[in-house]
Amino acid sequence: MTDDLIRRGLSRRGLLQTTAGLIGGSMLPAMPAFAEDKPAIGTYPAGVSGSTAFIGISVPRTGTYAVQGEDELKGYQLAIEHINQGHELIKKISPKTSKGVLGKELKFGVADSAAKPNEAVQAQQRFISENKAIMITGGTSSAVAVALNKLAQREHVLFVCGISGSNDTTGKDCVRYGFRQNFFGQTAAAAIGPVMVKEFGKGKKAAYLTPDYTYGHTVTKSMQDFLATAGWTTATNQVAPLGAPDYSSYLLNVANSGADVLINVNWGHDAVLSTQQAKQFGVLDKMKLVVPYQVPFIARETGGLMQGVYAATDYWWTIEDKFPLAKMFNEAFEKKYGYKPEWGAENAYVSFAHWAHMCEQAGSFNPPDVIKAYEKGETIPSLVGDVHYRPEDHQCIRPVIIVKGKQQKDMKNKEDWYDVVEIVPGEGLMQKPDAFGCHLGDYT
Amino acid sequence: MISWPNLVSQLFNGLALGALLALISSGLTIIYGTLGVLNLAHGAMFMIGGYAGFVTYQYTESFILAVIAGSLFVMLLGVVMERVIIRHFYHRPHEDQLLVTFGLGICFVELVRLLFSSQSQIVPPPALFQGITNLGFMFYPTYRLAVVGIVAVALGALFIILYRTRLGMIVRAGIEDSVMVDSLGINVYRVFMVVFGIGAMAAGFAGIVNAPVVSLTPGIGDDILVQTFVVVVIGGVGSFPGAILGGLIAGEIISVTSMFNPGYAYVMLFAAMTLVLVVRPHGLLGVQGRE
Repeated sequence: MTDDLIRRGLSRRGLLQTTAGLIGGSMLPAMPAFAEDKPAIGTYPAGVSGSTAFIGISVPRTGTYAVQGEDELKGYQLAIEHINQGHELIKKISPKTSKGVLGKELKFGVADSAAKPNEAVQAQQRFISENKAIMITGGTSSAVAVALNKLAQREHVLFVCGISGSNDTTGKDCVRYGFRQNFFGQTAAAAIGPVMVKEFGKGKKAAYLTPDYTYGHTVTKSMQDFLATAGWTTATNQVAPLGAPDYSSYLLNVANSGADVLINVNWGHDAVLSTQQAKQFGVLDKMKLVVPYQVPFIARETGGLMQGVYAATDYWWTIEDKFPLAKMFNEAFEKKYGYKPEWGAENAYVSFAHWAHMCEQAGSFNPPDVIKAYEKGETIPSLVGDVHYRPEDHQCIRPVIIVKGKQQKDMKNKEDWYDVVEIVPGEGLMQKPDAFGCHLGDYT
Repeated sequence: MISWPNLVSQLFNGLALGALLALISSGLTIIYGTLGVLNLAHGAMFMIGGYAGFVTYQYTESFILAVIAGSLFVMLLGVVMERVIIRHFYHRPHEDQLLVTFGLGICFVELVRLLFSSQSQIVPPPALFQGITNLGFMFYPTYRLAVVGIVAVALGALFIILYRTRLGMIVRAGIEDSVMVDSLGINVYRVFMVVFGIGAMAAGFAGIVNAPVVSLTPGIGDDILVQTFVVVVIGGVGSFPGAILGGLIAGEIISVTSMFNPGYAYVMLFAAMTLVLVVRPHGLLGVQGRE
């Protein structure tokens, strides 16, 4: 053939071009159709040119949020397993999923963020450059979520947020490439605030224990703002560093503040330790405890100190009585890991299932197309009923579950820690999309 | 505005916190003073003492047995660590010692995480010390009060060993001049092994005694290690009385600063350390002339 072409007077450059074209053409059947008609962006299409797609996961496996991070990781792993199998539960959330996402098997890498933004960013940067991760996830610490938001926007790789309660995550630090399934601290405040006013009355004095970073400050501010409408005042706000080894000094200030209610905004082991020590110092005998943003495992780890305590949460397994998908999830999770899933696992699972759904809807991994699929605001299933993502700030509108710690005598089994008091629909709780100054960035 | 009941409460809390820091630091300073080894695994040994005690408590439900087992286990661990690893590093540069003990600390933490997960474990205080005591000016957890007493007794015991026994005499002489002690025909290396064991035991004992106060996690020794080093520097590296003084000063600084602005507690602690280093480079009660 080459001789023929040369005989017909083709130049050397023309020959090379033709050969390259022929080689490229011979590869076409192996290349997915969407890879050639979209411009390259981020890790697309390089990351999905083979038969797999890679996801970068960074969760805290050490430090104060380690327990929650492990639970979250289990949720991610179960979701990936189910997506790759085309499991019945995934099909309920993402009907077009057969095996893998768009036929690509999902692979993943896990890095320990230790709840530190710089470590999470370094790990995810590596997953993006070395593994061509098509999507990244992480959170548990809002500081990590905010940092990964910025990385995602810069690298044009989708960031599906893990647990993050800060108002900033889809507020002032929101990005076009970031999405959050769990609610704002503000939403939690709006959900649990009325319950507190109903239970404890108006005009009360509150003491706060606040972790010193974006999550803590924004949740405390939201609680203060909401409760001020019922005449509540702040007796003291004790701000402690993340991972404080001892809360005794803070609790003495709380004990001497004359507060009626202690609002513990801490999370992870910080919440467990501060609640245990509040009991030791007699603070819980003097004042009521409220946890506005519930910590997975806190009831178990404090050995019963959550009895009678109100908390707002994303998920509590006993809602399976109302939601069939939650029941399916609980059963699959318990079978694989031997315990009832908590909030982190649910958040992780649903976030991935939603991402798979959006990719299938877009018919492509192309990030702007997937983002636009989210931004349609379509109503989609989750474990807690139908939800949707708001196009203006990429925040999922979902219910908040208010729980109250059960007395030991009422517990039906060793994981029956809470009564579900109320499932508050998300729509009425949500502040406006621009309330925290969200300005999404560009698609490209 | 200063609230006097709060100030007195915080001063007392500083004493309780300081007593614990003094005990842990004394172990670190004895090891450094005698052996010249900065043991960065000391925080991990504090943590292991807690977990060894926790396991014992699970089986026996006896807090006293938990304390004994926690202390002895860490002492044994210290002896094994000294025999197998540390003794090869006595004549190596300080940075080698720092790296190897730091690495050991990481290994210990990860091993405990593997065995017990990251979930916090609770060792309840003994029934005798449960509840809250009214001190007149404040309510204070009874067990924390007991800790002050327990630590005082432990420090007293360490004092007697160091200042009233032949072993203690050799250890103190070793702090001053280990070459001279060696040339007097005393097997310094065997003494070193015992010293490492005693130093480790102090951390292990503190770990299990402190367990009902803070609950156990694998990372519990990390923060305490930093504070312990600050205490040792303030008190004077290698000085047993310095560790006690430094511990009490650190406890009070953390507690009283927390009354005004908790965020600055560690800033003030490090500021105090810097001030001490500027005014007295060997620490408040440090041994003058030691290299």
